[in-house]
Formats: sequence, structure tokens, C-alpha cells
Amino acid sequence: MIVVAFVSFSLFNFVGDPVNSMTGIDASYERQAEVREILGLNDPVYIQFSRFLGNVVQGDFGISYQLKREVSDLIAERMPATLELVFVSALLAIVIGVILGVYTGIHRDSFVSNVILVVSLAGVSLPTFIIGIMLIYLFSVILGVLPSFGRGEVVQLGFWATGFLTVSGLKALILPSVTLSLFQMTYVIRLVRAEMMEILQTDYIKFARARGIKKNAINYKHALKNGLIPVITITGINIGTLIAFSIITETVFQWPGMGLLFINAVYFVDIPIMSAYMIMVAFIFVMINFIVDITYYFIDPRIRLKEEAS
Amino acid sequence: MLNKTFNKIYDTDIGYSFFNSKIAMISSAVLFIIFLCSIFAGVVSPYNPFDPASVSLMDAFTPPSWSEGGSPSFILGTDQQGRDMFSTIIYGSRISLIVGFASILFAMILGVFLGVTAGYIGGRYEIIVMRVTDVQLTIPSILMALLVNGIAKSVISQSMHSEMAIYVLIFAIGISEWPQFARVSRASTLVEKNKEYVSASRIIGLSNVLIMFKHILPNILRPLLVIATIGLALAIITESTLSFLGVGVPPTTPSLGTLIRFGNSFLFSGEWWITFFPAIFLIVLALSINLLGDWMRDALNPKLKIR
Amino acid sequence: MSLLKVKNLNISYPTRKETIVASKDVEFTLERGEILGIVGESGSGKSTIANAIINLIDPPGEITSGSIKIDNDELRDNEELIQEIRGKKIGFVFQDPQTSLNPLFKIKDQLIETIQTHLNLDYQDALKKSIQLLEEVGIDNAEKRIEDYPHQFSGGMRQRVVIALAISCEPDLIIADEPTTALDVSIQHQILELLKDLTKKRNLGVMIITHDMGVIAETTDKVIVMRHGLIVEQGDTKELLTNPKSNEARSLVISVPPTNKKIDRFKLISPDGKEITSDSKNLTKNIIKTWGARENTNQKLLELSGVTKIFDDKSLVSNFSFGSKNETAAKVVKAVDNVSFELFEGETLGLVGESGSGKSTIAKIITGLVRPTNGEIFYNNLSLYNSKRKYQIDKSRGQVQMIFQDPYSSLNPRFKVRDIISEPIRLFQKNISSSELTKNLYDLIDIVGMSRQSLDRYPHEFSGGQRQRISIARALATRPRLLICDEPTSALDVSIQAQVLNLLKDIQDELHLAMLFISHDLPVIRQMCNRIVVLKNGIVCETKESEELFNNPEHPYTQELIRLMPKIESII
Repeated sequence: MIVVAFVSFSLFNFVGDPVNSMTGIDASYERQAEVREILGLNDPVYIQFSRFLGNVVQGDFGISYQLKREVSDLIAERMPATLELVFVSALLAIVIGVILGVYTGIHRDSFVSNVILVVSLAGVSLPTFIIGIMLIYLFSVILGVLPSFGRGEVVQLGFWATGFLTVSGLKALILPSVTLSLFQMTYVIRLVRAEMMEILQTDYIKFARARGIKKNAINYKHALKNGLIPVITITGINIGTLIAFSIITETVFQWPGMGLLFINAVYFVDIPIMSAYMIMVAFIFVMINFIVDITYYFIDPRIRLKEEAS
Repeated sequence: MLNKTFNKIYDTDIGYSFFNSKIAMISSAVLFIIFLCSIFAGVVSPYNPFDPASVSLMDAFTPPSWSEGGSPSFILGTDQQGRDMFSTIIYGSRISLIVGFASILFAMILGVFLGVTAGYIGGRYEIIVMRVTDVQLTIPSILMALLVNGIAKSVISQSMHSEMAIYVLIFAIGISEWPQFARVSRASTLVEKNKEYVSASRIIGLSNVLIMFKHILPNILRPLLVIATIGLALAIITESTLSFLGVGVPPTTPSLGTLIRFGNSFLFSGEWWITFFPAIFLIVLALSINLLGDWMRDALNPKLKIR
Repeated sequence: MSLLKVKNLNISYPTRKETIVASKDVEFTLERGEILGIVGESGSGKSTIANAIINLIDPPGEITSGSIKIDNDELRDNEELIQEIRGKKIGFVFQDPQTSLNPLFKIKDQLIETIQTHLNLDYQDALKKSIQLLEEVGIDNAEKRIEDYPHQFSGGMRQRVVIALAISCEPDLIIADEPTTALDVSIQHQILELLKDLTKKRNLGVMIITHDMGVIAETTDKVIVMRHGLIVEQGDTKELLTNPKSNEARSLVISVPPTNKKIDRFKLISPDGKEITSDSKNLTKNIIKTWGARENTNQKLLELSGVTKIFDDKSLVSNFSFGSKNETAAKVVKAVDNVSFELFEGETLGLVGESGSGKSTIAKIITGLVRPTNGEIFYNNLSLYNSKRKYQIDKSRGQVQMIFQDPYSSLNPRFKVRDIISEPIRLFQKNISSSELTKNLYDLIDIVGMSRQSLDRYPHEFSGGQRQRISIARALATRPRLLICDEPTSALDVSIQAQVLNLLKDIQDELHLAMLFISHDLPVIRQMCNRIVVLKNGIVCETKESEELFNNPEHPYTQELIRLMPKIESII
């Protein structure tokens, strides 16, 4: 985390001239000096960095160069949109991914499995934005059943504006979340399938068969439990990737989330937003990693009991 | 003579698997054709769409030759500036391929070097390298590439932008892909390190550098090759995504992604072909590479039993 | 009516190149109360037969014809019956206890599940029965240990659990595929006694697959000898071992290192039945010329004094996240504890011990692959490690060489044999001419008894025994004075082992090599070594002349080892 903060900070400080961007190129020399003083840019580096950290911890990310608003406000506004989108996509990707992955792993050569695999291959080869465009074209332009942009109506719950509670909100959620989840889903399918195939060839499965354990019990109890372990790690990384890919999806669907905010920031070289986004995202990643580690601890007895003498 | 070499290849496990897999052969054939076209773009494409002299606004928005209003001189139609779609696609794929290959090459050299040395030398060096790899792996490649790109943009002055853009892009995508090479090389190096032929070389006093790169490296190439192929597909997709978002290659040398972006605005007004054909081409390209990579993974995996 | 009756069994593996016949016309019977052993070298098809009986052959193998009857019920093509019988009438024990149990389930669950699949018991009764089973196979504190996970048991205990699982549903037939190969000698003895016990108590029929003739001699009533998928001889164990009729059986019996006396060379039988007496003496003439003659000076070559090695396994530095998983758990293992011994020119010193005794670690310390924590190592009276514990390779450059246990990982698969052997030569003689080099290569490949064409081939084209020979050639390339052999034949079949060991003996004689021979196999050690050091958990128990050690062991551990080692003579 510290590393990320430092990188953010350096961005903030050394990259480009923030004063210029804020006050406009043709502001007078005195005005620039004034702003510099206010922003404290004349202080030595380590003071600036600690001030930066202090600010960050309090949630103060500074002011956007381009939009001239408090970055923290902007982020708070947009976060629910992204998080809801990511959550639904993650759910789709993992649930469907695991189900299909297990199926294709167990029924290796069936026709249905092969079809699933071919389709999953398409998921990996199609860039997210193309999927998005295609879906928009199909469902919005040709069929006209689903909206092609925006979030629909939202209901305000405290500071969180949710789209779950309205029909239009839910409708608007469908295309973007399917688009976003497709790439991950195919990845999960392939991973689970590979795991299941490998597990089904292990000695302990063979031994279970030799003991006469029924096929279903072997597939869905013995093999599955072992096969789900890597899925947990993947889930962690999944969420991270989804947040990243949401940038693309939000762009294609004009979904008002953090991703869209970030992409515009990159375009306009709006440093405060960029660094704030980086910090937020890094924070989320670290939290997720932490949760994954803890979950591992509870699920795999080998790790849990490592400290006990054997 | 050719017959003999063919038989020799067919006899190996990989050769046999290849010639028996229609998918592998078709994908390689497709890829081969695409490569050739890109290299000899000047010869293959009927026009040079980036030569302003050969382009005329009068030809703009011509639909593909088989539909109403189309003309045989523009097989796939023209875009909003009158450029022939077929030619732009060929030139575009050339850019996509160049960026893809270069970035993967960069990622591979960096990643393999760090991975092998980390695995072999161990100690604090290994811990540091692996921490960096882990941290970076949690950051998805797109994000990484975006960040590096964004930072580079603000560091390099406006005028140098267009020239440097491609190098920056290659660097950005390469940086986002190296961790997986490092991770796999390190894991494989750890396995090989414990094998007895390495001990034998250490006993006679062979230098560590020689052991790493002459003994260990050739033995870990197989899984690396699989990752490189699939990584190539990913790199090409990443590049096209970035170009689509507007932060990839400069518009003067458009890649397939840029072309799709250009055409996106016209999708709903009816000129579907401006986006459609580059998209199809990109999909075919990525699909072929992925299929080849998939086949390779199965063919090179000693654990999967022969059926 | 026989418990098990196999007739005309034919199994084949169709691969893309050819169809491999794994077993041909196999026929035998097994009665209740009998222990049948199936013995043969690797590739003989013994495991395949076992797997075939419960129809668990790895694809693409398949039974092409024949009949398998249990109590007169035909099993072939009767998938329903087989599914019922697996576990209930036939219990199976696999070789590796480490991988046989599902790591994520408690022992209790695995036992109860098996019981409830075949017997009509409710949970409480199944639990009671499971605890009884664990006690029967000799696991103390069964009620508490049943709640444990597989990785919390040691290797021997795990195999007991596996046996418990195999007998859990009261089967009549037990098939054990190399049940003790992965275990130490003392544990092996216990497991075999357990099997014999269960056979008597429950009147079971037991089929044991093994390559170890000692196990056959001590455990089985009947034995089948297989080779290349065919049964070459079968009959009463005692009779077959005293009076083997077929060439293959004779070859097997005769190549086993005797445990009760010392012989000059291992006996070998060529495929047509005659004893091989030739050796490599004439091949060594060239090498001796190149190396220059060496006289037997009998001086002290190697000395270890108070050598200790402690491995500490501290977990790596914690990363960003925190949680008890990442706490630094220091695991301290004292692999070598104050070991001292001397090695003289021309002699063979044996290091014998079970797994965890530290013998391999000692070899690695001598060759510089592992640093000692304490103690001194002297080669030719020069210290091999300087004050900073850094290995001084120039002190012993090329004079100390090693051959390893695993023939499949000791040669770089990407190098041709010629490059493997010439690498050390070129390293030591940087400006050697290519004709000199070739001459050296020819000498070396001749001395290990392989053809000169082998030089241009790759390791994967050779068998295990041939690969070991290549390793020996590589080791000799630097003209060593001390050759360390770390379990060089443990992975080889018994007749190949005999050949390789004879080769080592000859080379040692002719080239005046000193040898440090490391093994867990007592009979082999007895045949190869002049003096022996017995190790247990890193500590030296006893150091003696080999004949004295075997006839008059003083240390209780040595006594136990000698008592427990499977002896083929026990029956003859």
C-alpha cells in the first residue's frame, strides 16, 4: 500500500506542472506563485508526502484539475455504480463459470462440453469492447429491448445510489454486466475444468473408486471440494480484473462509474483523479487479497494445522 | 529430403499431435496467411490508405462490393474518409501484430530473466522479485498499461507524443505482461534446480550463469512457449482495447482497435461495415492464436495421457 | 471353489505407434488364507494384473480377453457386479500412502463414507466400527486420531489407515500393490506382519505385488514370476526360491544380494541362462594409460570432524496482508548431528540409514552443495570450507565426484550424451583439442560398457541402468580420486542393479578409487563396502568393518535393522 501511495504521490508532484493545469497556461506569474504557495508546493518533498498521506487517510484527495471539484466527492458519487456492476458481473462469472467448468471437467468428451468449450474460447478471444458493441447492436438497435447506455433510475439509500431497486435500473444492468462477466467467466470455466481433469486422475480418487464409492459421490464430493480451492484465489484476482475491465465496459455503455471517470482523467491528464483512483483501487485489491488469505486459512486444513506438530 | 524431414517431425509426439489436429493446422494456416499479408502489406493491399494522394472523399461511405451501392474497386467498402476498408485492415493488422509481438518479446525477456535468476539465486533477491510480481499480478494488465501510458503521456512533451507513442505502448503492454513469465519461469526453475543434473554441474564447478542459461533455460521453454502464445493474443487484445479507448496508437498509424473506434460512431447510422470488418478480422486473429495456444498447451503437457 | 480364479487374461495398451501387450495368457488361482506374491521387474505387467481385477486399468489400456472369477462369479463385462464388489469383497492397497488419501477430508469421514457405501449401518455404528478398525491396524489413541487429517499422520501410519480402509467392509480378498516400497525397513516389517496377521485372523486371500525378493521370501506362500507380461514360473514360494527353473526366475533369485555372507561379485545370468563372468578389466587399460598409474597408498583421503547441519525453515517475510498464516514459524531440523568419520584411499566406506538419517545431506556437504552449520571437512588434509563457511572448490577440484539416485533427473534431457560427458572435461582442460576430447569420450564410454554410438543420442533413449552408466562415465571424466555414490541403484531392477554394482566394483579396483557408498539397502551395503557407518536421525550409531558389523552388531539400532531386513535366505 505504501508503495502505491508513493507512486501516486510522485505522479501528483513530479509529473507535469499541476499549477499550470489548474490555473490555465496564460495565468499571470504572480497568480501561479500564489497558487503554488497555497498548495504548499514550495515545501520540501518529505513534508509534502506526509501531508499527502495525511490527506489521503482523511479521504481528501485534492481537487480535480479538470472538473474543478473535490475528487473525493466525485469518487463517492461514482463508486456505487461501479461496485454494483462489478458485483453482479462477478456473481455471474463465478457461479456460471464454476457450474460449466465442473460439467466440462467431468464429462470430458461429450458434445455439450465441446460446445461450451468453443463458446468459451470465443469469450477469451473477443475483446470486451467488441462484445459490448455487439450486444448493444443486437439488443438495443435491432431488438430494442434493452437500453444501450446509462444506468436507468436509481434510488438513493443514504449516500449510496442503487440501481437494484428499479426495473429500469435492473434492465440497464443486464447488458453491461454480461459483457463484463464474459471474459472472466470463460477464464473460470477453463480453470475449473483443468483442475477437475487433473484431480480425477489422482491417486486418492483412484483409491476411492477402488473402495467402491459411487461415481456421483466421487465427482461432486471428493473431486469438487479439492477443485474449488484455486477458484478462491481466482475470485480474488477476478474482482480486481473486473474493476479494471469495468473501465472499458463503462466507456462502451456510458455507465457513470469510477472507470469512466478514470479514463477521462487519463485523457485530460487530470492527475488528482488518476492518483486517487489508483489509491482506491489498490486499497480494494489489498482488502480482497486479505480476505482471500483468510478464507484459504479456513478451507484448507493443511494450512490451518501447519503450526501444530504432526 | 523434404519427405524425410516431414517423417521425422511426424514421428515426434508434437508433430503427430499437430498433424492430427485440424484445429491446430487451420489456425496456423490462418495465422501464417495473416503474417504474410502484414509483412507484404504494400504488395497485398490494393491501395495504400495512408497515402493522402490515393484517397478521395468522394469515395467515402461506399458499402461493400456485394451490397447495393458498392463497387468492385473497394471490396469491403470505404470508411468515412474514403479509404479502402480492405487495405486499412491489412495495414491495421500489421500495427496490431507489431505491437503485440514486440510487447510480448519484451515481457518475455524481462520476465524470464528475472524469474530464472530469482528461482536459482533465491534468498532476499527472490523474495523481492516475487513480491513485486505478486503485487503486480493483482493489478490487471489493462489497468497497468493504462497507467503506464498515462504517466508516460504526461512526462513526454506533446510534440514527441506521436513518435514515441508506439514505443510507449509496447513498453506499457510489456510491463503489464512480464509478471506471468516471471512466475512460471521461477516455478519451473525451482523444479529443475532440484534435479540431479544441476547438482552434477555444480559439483564440477560450473559457473552459476552457465548453469542457469545453458542447462536450466532450455528445459523450461515448453510452458513458456504456451504462455507466450496466449500472452500474444492477450497483448493484441489489450492493444486494441487501448486504441479503442483512444489511448493506444496514434490515429495516424491506426491499428485494428483504432479502426473499430473510428467506425463505432457510424454503427447506428447504418454504415456497419466500417466497424464490422476490422472487428471480424481482430476476432479471427485472436481466435487463431488462442486455438493454437490451447492446442500447444495440451500437446506439450506430459501429464495428459495419450488417447 | 477358489476365491480368485484368473484365466487367459490378456491386456493391451493401444498407443499410436503400436499396441503394447501388458499381459498375455495369464492364469492363476488364489485361495482363502493364502498369501500370493507377484514378482517381476518393472514393466513386467504385475501392477496391470492387479488393476485389471477391479477394472481400474489406466486408459488406454483394456482387457482384451480372459476371465476373472471371484467365488465363481465372472467379473468381466459385469460393471454392476464390479461396482458392488469393489471395497466390499475386494480391498485394494496402493503403493504411496502420501497420495492415496484425500487431503481435505478427515480420516473419520473417509472411513464412515466407505462403510456406509457397502454396509447398512447408521452413523453411530459406522463410527464405532471405524474406531475399532483403526485399533485393529495398530493405531494408538484411535478415538482421538480419527478426527485428524491425512497429513497429520506419518508415512507408516498412513499406510495403516489405508489398510483399515481396505478391510473396512469385511472383504475376502486384499490386493496390495507394492504396499511397502515407499516405507522404511522397520515400518515395512510392521506393515507386512500386520498383513500376515489379518490374513490369519480373517481368513483372507491376499495378493502382494512387489519387486523385492526378500519380501516375497518372508511373506508369501505362493509366488508368480512375471516378465514382459508373461508368467514365466509359479509355484510354492519356498520351492521356487530354492530351485528356480526358468531363466528369468533364476536371474532374479541369483542377482539378489545375499544378506548372510560377503561375495566378490554379484552373480548375473544372461538371457540364455548362462552365468556371466566377464568384467570390464580389459576396457580399463586405456583409461589407466591416460590418467597415469596410481599406486595404492592407503593414506587418509577424507575426514569429517563434528559436522552438524541444521535446516531452519523460517517462512518468508510477510507481505501486505496479515493473518496467522503468515507468522514466522521456525521449523528446526537437525539433519546431521556431530558426525565424524574417516575415509582412506582405495577403500569403500558405506553410509547406511533410513530416511531422515542425514546420509544424503552428508554427501551434499562434502561436495559443497550444502553448507555445514558446524564442523570441519578435510580432503587430503586441507579444509574444504573456509572460515566464512564457503566451499573451497579449488581444494578438491574434480577429485570428488558423485553419482546420484534418480537416473531420470541426473542427465540433462536436452543435451546429447557426448555433451553431457564432455562438459566436465572441457571445464578442466580448457584448451583440449577435439581429437583428444573424442579419445577421452571413447575411453569413458567404453569403460562403462556402452556403445560408442550412444554418444550421439539423447538420455531419454536409454533405460534406467544405461543412464546410470552414463552418469558414471560423466563422473569419471574429471579423473576423481573419491567417488560418492548416493543410492545409485535404489531405482533400478535387481538384475540391473547387479550389473551396475559389478561395474562400480571393477572400476574401483582398476582405477584405485575411494568410494563413499550411501544406501538404505543393507545387503547391498554389505557387499559393496569395507567399512560401514550406521546413521540414525543424523547421529552416528556405529562404525565398523562390514563383516564385523553384520556378525556382531553392538548398537541396538543396528541390531534392529539387521533383524528386520527382508532376507531371501530366510526361506532357503
